[in-house]
Amino acid sequence: MSTTVLTVDDSRAMRDMLRHSLAAAGFRVIQAEDGLHGLEVLESERPDVIVTDINMPRMDGFGFIEAVRRDDTRKALPVLVLTTEVDVDKKNRARAAGATGWIVKPFDPVKLIEAIRRVSA
Amino acid sequence: MEDPMAAIRETFFQECEEQLAELETGLIAMENGTAEAETVNAVFRAVHSMKGGAGIFALDSLVRFAHVFETALDKVRSGTLEGTPIVIGVFLRAADVLADLVRAARENGSVDEARTATMVAEFDQINNAGEAPAPAKAAAATTGLFEPVPEESSTWEISFTPRAELYAKANEAAIILRELRRLGDIDVRLDTSGLPDLSELDPEGAYLTWHIKLTSDCDEAAIRHVFEFVEDDCVLLITPPEPPGFAPGTVITGDNGFKFEFFPPSEEEEEPEAEVVAAPPPVAREVQAPPPPPKNQAVEVMAAKAEAAASVSATIRVDLDRVDRMIDLVGELVINEAMLSQRVLEAGIARASGVAMALEELEHLTREIQDSVMAIRAQPVRSVFQRMPRLVREVAAQTHKQVRLVTEGEGTEVDKTVIERIADPLTHMIRNAIDHGLESTERRLEIGKPAEGTVKLIALHRSGRIVLEVSDDGGGINRARVKEKAIENGVIAPDAQLSDDEIDNLIFLPGFSTAAKVSDISGRGVGMDVVRQSVAALGGRISITSRPGLGSTFTLSLPLTLAVLDGMVVSAHGHTLIIPLSAIVETLKPRAQDVFPLDHEINVLALRGGYVPMVDIATSLGYSEQPIEPEQSVALLVEGEGGVRAVLLVDAIHGQRQVVIKSLEANYRAVPGIGAATVMGDGRVALILDVDAMVRDARSDSGARAPEQLVLTDAA
Repeated sequence: MSTTVLTVDDSRAMRDMLRHSLAAAGFRVIQAEDGLHGLEVLESERPDVIVTDINMPRMDGFGFIEAVRRDDTRKALPVLVLTTEVDVDKKNRARAAGATGWIVKPFDPVKLIEAIRRVSA
Repeated sequence: MEDPMAAIRETFFQECEEQLAELETGLIAMENGTAEAETVNAVFRAVHSMKGGAGIFALDSLVRFAHVFETALDKVRSGTLEGTPIVIGVFLRAADVLADLVRAARENGSVDEARTATMVAEFDQINNAGEAPAPAKAAAATTGLFEPVPEESSTWEISFTPRAELYAKANEAAIILRELRRLGDIDVRLDTSGLPDLSELDPEGAYLTWHIKLTSDCDEAAIRHVFEFVEDDCVLLITPPEPPGFAPGTVITGDNGFKFEFFPPSEEEEEPEAEVVAAPPPVAREVQAPPPPPKNQAVEVMAAKAEAAASVSATIRVDLDRVDRMIDLVGELVINEAMLSQRVLEAGIARASGVAMALEELEHLTREIQDSVMAIRAQPVRSVFQRMPRLVREVAAQTHKQVRLVTEGEGTEVDKTVIERIADPLTHMIRNAIDHGLESTERRLEIGKPAEGTVKLIALHRSGRIVLEVSDDGGGINRARVKEKAIENGVIAPDAQLSDDEIDNLIFLPGFSTAAKVSDISGRGVGMDVVRQSVAALGGRISITSRPGLGSTFTLSLPLTLAVLDGMVVSAHGHTLIIPLSAIVETLKPRAQDVFPLDHEINVLALRGGYVPMVDIATSLGYSEQPIEPEQSVALLVEGEGGVRAVLLVDAIHGQRQVVIKSLEANYRAVPGIGAATVMGDGRVALILDVDAMVRDARSDSGARAPEQLVLTDAA
């Protein structure tokens, strides 16, 4: 069974890009448009890895990661943060919220896929 | 197959347009002081998101500018920079520059580099004015590069002690080991000496240390790359085969030489010894259930979810062609249904029969389908309104006037095809309002008006049409001057007596726009007559009302859709015609004593104390040579653009119905007096009357000969 990746990003272009790159690499891709939507998707899906943006409306990446980690069944779910932020504070916050790893945009599909492979069992 | 990257690129640019609109809306709210806490975040996100997307496609100039912009916005967001009117002004202009950059990128065009540079300089200024001028780092990720040092295959010694945090972030020692094995042969030894008794074991604790011997020709960077995500959450010792730079036992902490960014060291890390080595096997975490999370958190999440469910309005994006195809098909369905009804009627089936009743139901359903399909294409006029603030800024700058734009009714919905075609007339009306409507700042101050002129743009629905009003608080139409000009240009006779309204509406006449001073702004070769014509082509009308010293209001009224029309079915000399219902004011039976011949061609009808010119449809369309006897006819009082009225004479009225508009020009050719065609229930083509053209003809005929008679009609 192929690895399922949930991507959470408010930009359509970015979602399309993620879907395109990940599907081409053989992942099953499910998508959400912001943190709250991501949590809704998680009610019915069990992805193997989550890739999330930080700056999003309604619920940002920090809130999303924290909410994921609060769920006992998802404590071991790898969450990669995908964002343009290079700001140290933001990285620390993502880390404190429980992010597994960090990828800086503009992403290279090869790097992205490698990062997903590195955190998924 | 379509290139997926090209499609994503297109999506990106579409999204940019949306974000630019959101940016503008947000900035204007900030300018007007109506911004909410979320507004500045939304504005920041818009720029941020464009930057992120631009990065994918390596649109460097866009990324750079967006980054500078974003930096300043972030300061406002965090409160280190105050959103003063000056700062917001810079942002608004920056939004324009950003829009230009996006469009240039989309069309592979060029931009005004100097303007961009000036804008960046302005940002430097406001950024420095801010309390903490952060250096604007290039946004692009540091594509970390390290020299690949070719190494002999040799054995590295690695000691790896995860802390509890490592597991809490869903990293996994086993996966790290798996990754290490990709680098070469590994020999792993597990040190369980730190493992406490089961009774003392914290299920979420970390007690294990791995000692790994890695035989590989890789360099140290490759090994550290494996530990990149966990480096801050473990104690890691890497001993090189031959110590080139590190003494054995050196604690390696993060640096920035990698492809992926490191999490910077956290505080605990300064004393790694404090935590070290102890060990439950990682399975322990899974066996033991961790304590349930505090209830209030769970409640919080639930509440958040509920809120999300309430506020999500699910939308899908559909290719417009598909919708258009559907509208066409539904149009055909409506016609077909009407034809079927007709056939059933012809077959002599009783109205009360099951067939007829089922047909009625079908008709009802068809109509509902049609309405629903039309609703798919309905869009708020917001997208057009959002382009106007920029226009106002530019025109205000060019004319050295201070202008405030007030908009109302952005949410008013209208068919997409109409939206696309109102932008140009609106642009022209707004240019006109600022350039010609508003007085100069000096003049305004002189006469005691506020220096800042106001231009108001309003959209609303009125009797099945959309009405757009552009009003200014300027000086109003200079009627003496307009009349003088009109006489000069031969538009009206020198002795013509016109009402104020008629004088105002002269500016829509062809040939009038040859104003004495053609300015840069309004006089771009487009006069109000061209605007009127383009509006008329859409089935719309435009008119003006003006109050001296108080300003003018242009009113543009358009049908909500260009695909269907409510019409009155009439017949003239045996031909079936449709008259748009929106134009009809009333129907009446003329009495012989109310009809007065004006000359041998034109009759007028006395109507409630006024006189309205009469148009015989059959003769004016060439169906008949013989004018209809007014007493034998049915008269329809219609109103054309600018509220001008005429009475149309036909043989009979056959009721009203909705018809699907088929373009005559596209299928045949343009016919004077005819706006379009439709297919009737019996399968025959009926022509749709162009009421404006009819009224215009009636008036220009009478007007050219005896302009003084025009006044008579106003009383109607």
